Amino acid sequence: MEKNEVLALVNEVFIDALDNEDIKLTEATTANDVEEWDSLSHIQLIVAVEKKFKIRFTSGEIHGFKNVGDMCDAIIAKLG
Amino acid sequence: MDTLDFSALKKNLKKDFSGFPEVKICVLGDAPTQLLVQALRGFGYNQKISYTILEADFDQIDRQLMDPASDVYAFNPDFIIVYNAQQKLQQKFYKKKRTEKESFASDFINHLEELFSSVNSNTSCRIIYLNFAESLDGVYGNYANNIDFSFLYQIRKINLELMNMAIKTGNLSICDISLLSSFLGKQVVFSPSLYINSNLTFSLDFLPVVVKNISDIILSAKGKFNKCIILDLDNTLWGGIIGDDGIENIQIGDLGIGKAFTELQYWVMQLKERGIIVCVCSKNNEEIAREPFEKHPDMVLRMEDISVFMANWETKADNIRAIQAILNIGFDSMVFLDDNPFEREFVKKEIPEITVPDLPEDPAEYLLYLQSLNLFEISALSAEDEKRTQQYQEDAKRTVIKKSFANEEEFLSSLEMISEVSAFNKFSTPRVAQLTQRSNQFNLRTIRYSESEVASLSQDPNAITLSYNLQDKYGQYGLISVVVLKKKTDRIVAIDTWLMSCRVLKRGMEKFVLNTIVAAAQKGGFEWIEGEYIPTAKNDMVADHYKSLGFEAMEKENHWQLNVGNYSKFEVYIQEVKA
Repeated sequence: MEKNEVLALVNEVFIDALDNEDIKLTEATTANDVEEWDSLSHIQLIVAVEKKFKIRFTSGEIHGFKNVGDMCDAIIAKLG
Repeated sequence: MDTLDFSALKKNLKKDFSGFPEVKICVLGDAPTQLLVQALRGFGYNQKISYTILEADFDQIDRQLMDPASDVYAFNPDFIIVYNAQQKLQQKFYKKKRTEKESFASDFINHLEELFSSVNSNTSCRIIYLNFAESLDGVYGNYANNIDFSFLYQIRKINLELMNMAIKTGNLSICDISLLSSFLGKQVVFSPSLYINSNLTFSLDFLPVVVKNISDIILSAKGKFNKCIILDLDNTLWGGIIGDDGIENIQIGDLGIGKAFTELQYWVMQLKERGIIVCVCSKNNEEIAREPFEKHPDMVLRMEDISVFMANWETKADNIRAIQAILNIGFDSMVFLDDNPFEREFVKKEIPEITVPDLPEDPAEYLLYLQSLNLFEISALSAEDEKRTQQYQEDAKRTVIKKSFANEEEFLSSLEMISEVSAFNKFSTPRVAQLTQRSNQFNLRTIRYSESEVASLSQDPNAITLSYNLQDKYGQYGLISVVVLKKKTDRIVAIDTWLMSCRVLKRGMEKFVLNTIVAAAQKGGFEWIEGEYIPTAKNDMVADHYKSLGFEAMEKENHWQLNVGNYSKFEVYIQEVKA
């Protein structure tokens, strides 16, 4: 899967989980850029992304995400 | 178990809760509880309840519950939820020396007892405690069963001791995390990575299950629970169609997949023995539909187990309405089982309040599915519960007989009613408390009393307590009405509580009760009786209660008064006996 496809799907997950139609993610987006993205909803986002792509992040990966791009890279690596 | 999604619950938080009744809850935990609180509030929307939740600061259980001046007590909650995380408990256990391990559970329980007794001396609210998922800790393998200093032994002991505590104290409910975890499996209820990364002790998929369970407890304690199960017959209670296949070919017992239906019937029988009213609603010829109950050797349920039997060609919704008219309980306390999705949808649409489980396609799956729904949560039991089937059968008989009398009076006097009137005593306390908690319709002020509050009312010199048993020639109704009078001044006594079971409506019982209230007021030397009607969503039927009994309206809205001296006794068809 191409990175922009993954990004688009991740964007859908964020819109649904955070209940905000206006979210527009880029690879550089961080939690600071999205109002509803706090430490509590972060858990929800991780679980929702895992379900969407039917993957499991390792704890190391979760800790290493600096931005949405990192998350997309990890998803692509897992999808192989 | 119906799957609920955490995100869906969270989305509910943005919706409009106005108009929903408020329930005040305190949540205390030694692990983060924010997501639990979000999920609970969100679930409240589905149940039409607005939970106002005070979430104590992290790890403040002891500090808050031991201090009479704490925020928790100042908040005056209806329920206190206490959550000790299993992971925390395990850490504490592992830190103990070998010699301290065998008394770990007793020490823990002793501490909880102290905490809960502090709660009880500061408030009368109900405590909901989450018990512990058993933990496969892999230290001793199965041999953990052979030693009392294993974590497995100690955690099981804690869970058992919690049950003993709940038996002893009337206001402790256990939210059975252990049971839910074993039903769903550790892999579902716990996510190691979320625990390590975010200290989340329940997985996101488990949280909705936990809050549903907590909410079941809350609703039942608030008087909202199911009292009746209505059963379709063909392919629901037995396999096949009795009208086509005949009695010898329906699947029950050893025939075909009969075992699925036999086991379902055993379960229904257990519910019936517990006090759930069992009714039948089937599109069938009545004679043919009754035949298996009367003649089939493998049927578990028999005619005497069924309170109301409706087999005809009317619509299911009409028959359920007829059942409701006989039983006089709310549609929101009924469960309807039917294998046919069309009938289910029809009933749901016609009677939205009724619970209609979407039975799985395969009858083999019916029972496990139904058990997983926790349809019959309850917060107290009384001796009356077990007699209910018989009582409602008697009701059904009375309904039929009533049609044969020319007028009401003739019918009422033919019932040969006798009522025993007595002050609250230790035998009636559980039932009185239960009635104050359950009665919603014929209840003037809807004040809920716990058993301990009922007991203290009976000792209160400024209170007059009256309870009413009723029987007629068809059988016992049991304790069906409760009155509490409170002295307001030397001249005035106020009706604090007046409630009645709707089963005895239209028997002149309310007039009989008023006669006894006036007599009690006279005996106490009072000149005036004051009554108040506090409207709720459900007690519309008594809005004009005082007016119709001859009370005069007072200036304040919904306040009524009656002059004791001018009262002339109502004619009633109920004979009074004193206890």
